[in-house]
Amino acid sequence: MDSIQSLIKNLADQHGRKRESLLPIMQAIVEQENYLSEYSMVELAREVDIPAADVYGTATFYSFIETKPAGKYIIRICKTIACAMKGKNQVLFAIQDMLKIKLGETTPDKRFSLLESNCLGWCHKAPAMLINNEVYTELTPEKVREILADYMKKNGQN
Amino acid sequence: MANKINISINGFPVDIEKGKTILEAAEKQGITIPTLCYHKDLCVAGNCRVCVVEVAGQNRLSAACATPCEEGMEILTNSLKVRNSRKHIIELLLAEHNADCTKCYRNGNCELQKLSSDYKIMTQDFIELAPLKSYSIDTFSPSIIKDDSKCIRCQRCVRTCAELQGVNALTVSHKGDQMKITTFFEKHMRDVVCTNCGQCVNHCPTGALVEKNYIEEVWEAIANPNKHVVVQTAPAVRVGLGEELGLEPGTRVTGQMVAALKRLGFDSVLDTDFTADLTIIEEGTELLTRLKKVIVDGDKDVKLPMATSCSPGWIKYIEHLYPEHLGHLSTCKSPQQMFGALAKTYYAKARNIEPNKIVSVSIMPCTAKKFEAFRPEMHDSGYRDVDYVLTTRELAILIKQAGLDFNKLEPVKYDRLMGESTGAGVIFGVTGGVMEAALRTVYEIVTGREVPFENLNIKPVRGMEAIKEATIKIEKPLKEWAFLDGVEVKCAVAHGLINAKTVMDAVKSGKADYHFIEFMGCPGGCLGGGGQPIPTNPEIRQKRAEAIYAEDGSLTLRKSHENPEVTKLYKDFLGKPLGEKSHHLLHTKYTKRQRY
Repeated sequence: MDSIQSLIKNLADQHGRKRESLLPIMQAIVEQENYLSEYSMVELAREVDIPAADVYGTATFYSFIETKPAGKYIIRICKTIACAMKGKNQVLFAIQDMLKIKLGETTPDKRFSLLESNCLGWCHKAPAMLINNEVYTELTPEKVREILADYMKKNGQN
Repeated sequence: MANKINISINGFPVDIEKGKTILEAAEKQGITIPTLCYHKDLCVAGNCRVCVVEVAGQNRLSAACATPCEEGMEILTNSLKVRNSRKHIIELLLAEHNADCTKCYRNGNCELQKLSSDYKIMTQDFIELAPLKSYSIDTFSPSIIKDDSKCIRCQRCVRTCAELQGVNALTVSHKGDQMKITTFFEKHMRDVVCTNCGQCVNHCPTGALVEKNYIEEVWEAIANPNKHVVVQTAPAVRVGLGEELGLEPGTRVTGQMVAALKRLGFDSVLDTDFTADLTIIEEGTELLTRLKKVIVDGDKDVKLPMATSCSPGWIKYIEHLYPEHLGHLSTCKSPQQMFGALAKTYYAKARNIEPNKIVSVSIMPCTAKKFEAFRPEMHDSGYRDVDYVLTTRELAILIKQAGLDFNKLEPVKYDRLMGESTGAGVIFGVTGGVMEAALRTVYEIVTGREVPFENLNIKPVRGMEAIKEATIKIEKPLKEWAFLDGVEVKCAVAHGLINAKTVMDAVKSGKADYHFIEFMGCPGGCLGGGGQPIPTNPEIRQKRAEAIYAEDGSLTLRKSHENPEVTKLYKDFLGKPLGEKSHHLLHTKYTKRQRY
C-alpha cells in the first residue's frame, strides 16, 4: 500500500464510506497533498466504492478542491461583478506582472498559483482576494504588491 | 374512489389518482406538455423547465414533470404566462446550444429542434453563448460521438448510465456556466468505463451523443464493383426498423427489410439469426461440457454458472467491473462475430469468392457491436471479420437516401447460404430469448424429448421483470447424459446492466447457485438496444417484444438444432461443435480492463 492509499484508507476509516463521506475525505487529501490528483481520485473511488466519474464531478463542483498541482500559496481573486467594478482588473494585472504568471498558472518554483474564485462575500470591501485561508480586501495595485512582497520574503526564508 | 383527487386542467375538471404528476394528468387528458429532461425510463430531474405550468394561487410556475397533483389544483398548461416563459426557456437553451441544425446528425429527429419549431423560435433575443465557449468533439470511440456544444445538460444520459446501466461513465462536472456532462477526468469515452451500449445515445434529446455512423463507407463498398458486399441483420432490427420509417411500434418488417437491402445493392442479404442458431449449438454444447466437467470430473477450474456472451455491452461491462470473473463467460463469440468469421471463410469458399473481396456489413440494434467488430481479436478469418456495423437507425437512413417507399416493397426471403434461421434465432433479440433458445436445444440433446413447455414457449424466462429465474429438472436423460438425471438446471436472466450487477454480485459472493445465466446489456434485451429507433420506452419495448415472439411463433422451425443450414455447416465445414475449426473461428477470449 502506497502513501496515498494508506492516507485514503485512514481517512475513510475516520469519515466513513458513504457518499456523504466524500467531501471531508477530499478536503483532507487536499490539505495533505495540496491537490486531488487523478490517482487519488481513483483510489478514493475504490476505497469508498463509488464511481470515479462521480468523484471527479464532486471534486470539480467545489472551487476549493484543486484537481491540478498548485503552488504553496494559492491566490484566489474574486471574479464577480462588485470586485470588478472596484478595480479588480488592475489588481489582477499587478499580480500577474509581479509573479509573471497568468490566471490558472503556477510559478515555476511552485510557490504561487493564481486562480479566480466566485464571490468571497467581501463586496463591501471590494476588491478582495484570498491567499490560502487569509482574506485581503480593499486591494489596490500598490497594496497587493506589498502583500505579495511579504509572501515572497517568507518564501525566501523557508 | 378514495385515492382519486379532483383537479382542473385549463378549466376542465379531471379526476386523477393521488400521486400522479401534473404531466401525467395532462397526458391522460390528451394534452401534451413539452418535456426535455423527462424520460419514462428515468427518475424525474426537473432541470430543463420547459414543462412549466401555472397553478392557480401560486406566483411561481411549476415543473409539470416534478409536481404531484393535489386536491382542488387548478392548472393552466397554456396560459399567456406559461407560453411566454416556455418560449424564453427554449430561447435560453438555444442560446447555449450549437444550433447548426442542417449539419447535425439528429436533424429531423431532435427534441430541441422540434420544440423550437413548435414554438416558432424565429429570433434570438439572448446572447449566443455557444460560439463563445470552446468545445471539443470526442470522436475517438468506435461507437459513440460526444459533442458538448449540442448538450443542453438535461442529464438524461447521466441518469441513463447510472440508473439503467449502473456504469456511471458519465457525470456532471463543474458548476454554473462551466457545468458540463463529462467522464472521469474528462477523458475520451474510449478510455473510460463506457460499455458503448449506446443507451445514452438513445436517451439524448439532441445531437450531443450520437452513434459513430459508417453510412458513407457502406455506400462506397456497395458502389465498388470489385467488392462483394454481404449484409447480416440482427433479430431485433426487424421489429424496430418500421418505427424509423413511419410504422407503429411492434410492426414486423422482416420481408420488406430484406427487399430493401437487396434494392440498396447488397450482393447477399443474410441473417444473423443463422449464427444465433449456431451460437446455441456451440454454447449449449459448452454448457453441457462444463456441467460434465464439474459434476463427473470434479474439475475445480471450470466455472459455473456459465454466462452468455452475445451482448458486447455486457462483455465490456464484465471486463471492466468483474475482471476476475471472466472465466464465467462462455467463450462463444457473439452471433455477429461468428457470422463475420464464417462470411470470409465458409461462405467465401462455398461461393468461390476471394475473402479479401468480401465486405461484411452488419445491421444491429446496438452501438456496442461497432466496438466489438473493432476488437483486435476479431480477425480470425484472416481479415477483419465484420467490416462495418450499422445501427437500425443508420439502415433507415440508407433506405431514405435511396428513396425507397418501404411500405410498397413486397416481402422477400433471405438469400442462401447463411440466411436460414429458426424461431430460436429470432428470440435472441429479446431478454430471456437466448436462454429460451438454449433450453429448447439443450433439453432435447440431453433427453431426446422436447422441452416440457406448451408450444415450446418457456414462459418463466419471458417478460420485462428485472431478473428472471427458472429451474428445469432433467428427467430420464439419454444414456450419454445419465449424470444429469434428476439435476435441476437453474437459470437466471438479467437485462440492463444495473440488473447484471445484482446477479454478478450474487455470483461474486458465492450466493448464486445458478448453472446458466443470460445477460443482455440493454433494458428489454437487444430490442431496447442503443442503436434502436428513438424514442425507446417501456411501452415501445413491450410492443417490440410481442412482435419478436409473434415472429418466433410464425415460423415452422423453432429449435436451433433443426436449422438445416447449421447442420450443413457442421457437415461441410466445421466438423463438430467445439471442434478445432469452431474453436478457431467461433470462440474468443476476454480482456481484463480497469474499473476506474
